Amino acid sequence: MKKLIKEITSVFGPSGDEEKIRKYIKKQINNYVDNVYEDNLGNLIAVKKGKSNGKKIMFAAHMDQIALMITHIDEDGFLRFTNVGGVGHNFLPGTPIVFADGTIGTIGVEKLENINDLEMSKLYIDIGANNQQEAEKIVGIGDTAIYAPNFSENNNRVISNYHDDRIGCVVLIEAIKNIQDNNNELYFVFSTQEEVGLRGAKTAAYQIEPDIGIAVDVTATGDTPESHIMDVSLGEGAAIKIKDNSTITHPLVKDLLIKECKNNSINYQFEVLEFGGTDAGAIHLTKGGIPSGTISIPTRYVHTPTEMVDLSDVKASIELVTALSKSIF
Amino acid sequence: MLLKRLSEASGVSSNESEVRDIIKDNIEDKVDELWTDVMGNLIAVKGKKKKGKKVLLSAHMDEVGLMITGIESNGLLNFRPVGNIDKRSLVSKPVIVGNDKINGVIGSKAIHLQKSSERNNPIPWSNLYIDIGTSSKKEAKKYIELGDFVSFKTKFKQLGINHAKGKAFDDRVGCSVIIDLLKYEYDFPLYVVFSVQEEVGLRGAGRAAFDIEPSMALIIESTSASDVPESEDYEFSSSLDKGPALTIMDKSLISNKKIIQGIINTSKQNDIPYQIKKSNTGGTDAGEISLTKEGIPSAVISLPSRYIHSPVSLISLKDYDYLKKLIKLYLQDLNKGEF
Repeated sequence: MKKLIKEITSVFGPSGDEEKIRKYIKKQINNYVDNVYEDNLGNLIAVKKGKSNGKKIMFAAHMDQIALMITHIDEDGFLRFTNVGGVGHNFLPGTPIVFADGTIGTIGVEKLENINDLEMSKLYIDIGANNQQEAEKIVGIGDTAIYAPNFSENNNRVISNYHDDRIGCVVLIEAIKNIQDNNNELYFVFSTQEEVGLRGAKTAAYQIEPDIGIAVDVTATGDTPESHIMDVSLGEGAAIKIKDNSTITHPLVKDLLIKECKNNSINYQFEVLEFGGTDAGAIHLTKGGIPSGTISIPTRYVHTPTEMVDLSDVKASIELVTALSKSIF
Repeated sequence: MLLKRLSEASGVSSNESEVRDIIKDNIEDKVDELWTDVMGNLIAVKGKKKKGKKVLLSAHMDEVGLMITGIESNGLLNFRPVGNIDKRSLVSKPVIVGNDKINGVIGSKAIHLQKSSERNNPIPWSNLYIDIGTSSKKEAKKYIELGDFVSFKTKFKQLGINHAKGKAFDDRVGCSVIIDLLKYEYDFPLYVVFSVQEEVGLRGAGRAAFDIEPSMALIIESTSASDVPESEDYEFSSSLDKGPALTIMDKSLISNKKIIQGIINTSKQNDIPYQIKKSNTGGTDAGEISLTKEGIPSAVISLPSRYIHSPVSLISLKDYDYLKKLIKLYLQDLNKGEF
């Protein structure tokens, strides 16, 4: 699983530009599913057929990443940029980044009188070009760059540039490999454009019309020094989301997740997130409404270039998704 | 010139009938079917029986403006904005009020009477009013009803050789381009939507797309050109005279890559200039259209326009001609609507 995490967090796939990651995931799951296809918005959808008494479950993990987009190339070959999704500019100075073709760069900052003056417009990307002409041979306006891969591990704790939400993709990929004899009909959606407004999952849910929807995504924790108060900790198990800004988990789904954790001795914790949202927010308001919830993987430093998870939480999440494949509800 | 007629017509969000009627007159004989839907969107189809996939072009008919919200005892009219308007741009502008097109001017306290604190701040909505020359509430009520829409009284005029000034280029330019495109033949069914209520929250076009279910959508817009002294060059969103602007990303949409690449290819093959819009702010009908039903691959192409959302804006007529030509050639390059 570590190999998968290392590989998948290094594959390029900013919101709206998910071609490479889509190909990568398709290759991982092709042999384990009955059908796999791409829809109009680029979502990768894999199907495992169920039995006649089964229900239809849609799982969604987003494969897109927050990123930087080039807006201007100046005379000296420096690149100005804007954010794709929720990028915190205070984490950017000194961060190595990489473009789709492998071009690398680092982020510099203009001279500041006061550190509080730091904002996105004071930052620039340096790709080592000597002038505009040289830079324009390598990159163009509208090109996107991601945080450079930086997978590393200490025992059970793993750091990478994009656990959000490649770790959710890992959970679904591993579950797809595990699941056998499922009675529910399972739709695994590797969704697009989550980071810019839960867009891919919305159209996928419209087409699939599941009985329930489950997003698999990262969540913040409250277990670091002077952190926001939040009762989620690394290593305490899969987090069952109660609410965030996009959804209040449907009671049917919440009870189902608790039941499966108890029946299968899966470590779990509850999560109340006071900000943010997941694909469940888009799924549950589709058509006549779809009972939905989220399985969250507790993650420290979400949306920074170095996010940290605990592998035991990842394993618990995989077990929970696997258990749902046979769940009767 | 049709763009002049469209620019000078009044069509504040939800009150688009004058614009709709002009468009109807100009496209009736060029399309197979033409109808207005429940929301008020004007929809037409050309080549309905052709075999290819449905392609949708969309532009919005509505413009930002004002609405009458009160009548003072001295006959002056209170108002509030419809859509995003910079209130600093309003004082002393001539306007027309209501469907009877009553002339008025936006008034405020003269500079001699302002306190220094008032001079340093934008005048609040509550202190701005429209003066139609009536001197009592009773007299004003003969001409005005609460809820009447107000649009700017700005004449379209060519400036210099290549530029034009006028109001509501956002998005009468798009309407005008689509009308022009309907003159030509394409080898797929072409659906066009002239949408309502874009400026108050992208409300119209998505509903139309829901009914049409196209296989792709191209939204033709007007976007802000910011090549003006108060901006650094890296802050320019788009510039005048550098060709139509393609949107890679804004707040409502990430454009479909294949459509954008197709338009770039067409422009390169035909030596038509284009620019990539540099800012990621704002949103268009494409946001709603792209998320309709199972998803509709969508993209936005715009005419750069200075001083957008104000009583008068300025465009390049050269960019405008390039925009028409580029989309026409792109659509002719599309084989059976496959992009």
